[in-house]
Amino acid sequence: METTLSIENLRVEYRSRDLGESTKVAVRALNLRVGQGEVFGFLGPNGAGKTSTMNVLLGFVPPTSGTARIFGVDVREPIARQRIGYLPEQTYYYKFLTAEELLRFYAGIFQIPKAETEQRIDAVLKLVELDHARKRQIKTYSKGMQQRAGLAQALINNPDLLILDEPTSGLDPIGRMKVREIIQRLKSEGKTVFFSSHELGEVETVCDRVAILHQGELKTEGRVSDLLREHSANLEQIFLNLIGFTSQP
Amino acid sequence: MNTVWALANVVVLEMVRRKDFYVLFILTVLLTGTAGSVNLFNDRSIVRYLKEICLLLIWVSGLVIAITCTARQIPAEREHRTIFPLLAKPVTRAQFLLGKFLGCWLATGLALALFYLFFGLVSASREHSWPVANYLQAGWLHWMMLGIVIAFTLLGSIVFAAPSSNGTICFVCSAGMLLLGRHLNKVALSLAEPLQSLLYGLYFVLPHLELFDVRDLIIHNWELIPWGVVALATLYAAAYAAFFLFAAWLIFRRRALN
Ligand SMILES: Nc1ncnc2c1ncn2[C@@H]1O[C@H](COP(=O)(O)OP(=O)(O)O)[C@@H](O)[C@H]1O
Ligand SMILES: [Mg+2]
Repeated sequence: METTLSIENLRVEYRSRDLGESTKVAVRALNLRVGQGEVFGFLGPNGAGKTSTMNVLLGFVPPTSGTARIFGVDVREPIARQRIGYLPEQTYYYKFLTAEELLRFYAGIFQIPKAETEQRIDAVLKLVELDHARKRQIKTYSKGMQQRAGLAQALINNPDLLILDEPTSGLDPIGRMKVREIIQRLKSEGKTVFFSSHELGEVETVCDRVAILHQGELKTEGRVSDLLREHSANLEQIFLNLIGFTSQP
Repeated sequence: MNTVWALANVVVLEMVRRKDFYVLFILTVLLTGTAGSVNLFNDRSIVRYLKEICLLLIWVSGLVIAITCTARQIPAEREHRTIFPLLAKPVTRAQFLLGKFLGCWLATGLALALFYLFFGLVSASREHSWPVANYLQAGWLHWMMLGIVIAFTLLGSIVFAAPSSNGTICFVCSAGMLLLGRHLNKVALSLAEPLQSLLYGLYFVLPHLELFDVRDLIIHNWELIPWGVVALATLYAAAYAAFFLFAAWLIFRRRALN
């Protein structure tokens, strides 16, 4: 299988005055490979280092050491981002724009030709079910609608790799189900999806493979079915065990 | 370049859809109207006084619009986290800064055009003439001056964390330069040594915003400035704006975003 995303020996440290000039290691010695067409779940509790890893993948933060590549291109090159779509955590899109205008703006950045832009906008708005609200300013959107607008912007360039940071967090059960459906649709179109989550139930149903991160360290990685068989437990129990949490009897 | 335009377009749309610009415009119209209604006789000196008030309001509004619009751009991108989906696309940090600069500058230009149109109407209602070329020169130089201010404010928004303090600092610096710029060398002469050289140095290094203030040209309907001089002033403004933008890029280029 062709490799879409690879991370080698990644280490991410934060050094800041707020921390009293000490350093905080967010990710250490991380190695990962995601193959083409896979749905990969990047799991871990809050503060595990999921967002930090994604920040490196998108070139927001330089790695302290190690490398990351997308389609074989070092993530420090802006061109590495031509074929990816990214959904960040908790983003409040330009509230004075309508969904349509927002997508037209992002399409402009990808230099998508005009006629194709309108087609893409129609397609992604239909996919995320925002067609009815496309001419309304984003400030009138509910939280779930904003999240779906975010998904729409991540899909505008018809990317081959999607990087989604907690795409379902803060959504109600219906919103979560819709996001899961969209992920499954993307998989059926042959896209690679790399997404983080701490909600394990949903991960089991959509992921091919998962990695579990805790305090910046990779605890385990593998096919969901293999993990379930090896540990003869469900993903949630495996997760709690790996991060050293034992429930009170 | 398309990328830069796309970014600039959003900034202009933001200004058009926000209320602050309209508030300043209406305030200027109301204040000028009030001042004008006092003038019952068509006395030439009073027309001048009216034009002076209107232009002063336009200059203050221009500074406020340019600085507030620019100062909030990058902090808002970070606070609303839109900078993440944006820079996750094939946008370089240089394009990001240029787009923001261009957008703020164009938006300010639109606002100025409207303000000068109003000034033209006020003036024409009393003097029954339209010295279009004079307005063009005065408006153009004003816009170029604001280009320097916008580039400087953008740099400030990267250096200083708090947007409000950046806005205040930029406003004080710009207004200070406009009022005192031409006297800095004389003030320097009256000071003791280390300060004298310092202020003298500043006199040569800082952009002389007051050079762009040709309000007299349209208050007194003076002869046009030679176009060559206007072109030189434009170059002067472009050089300073480019310098500030370059400095902003040097700082922003490697900054980690999180
Ligand atoms: N800008 C920052 N400065 C200092 N520490 C940070 C910063 N961002 C994140 N961290 C720390 O890095 C660790 C990993 O954070 P993060 O990657 O956001 O985790 P996750 O996304 O898995 O919840 C956390 O302990 C967090 O406190
Ligand atoms: Mg996170």
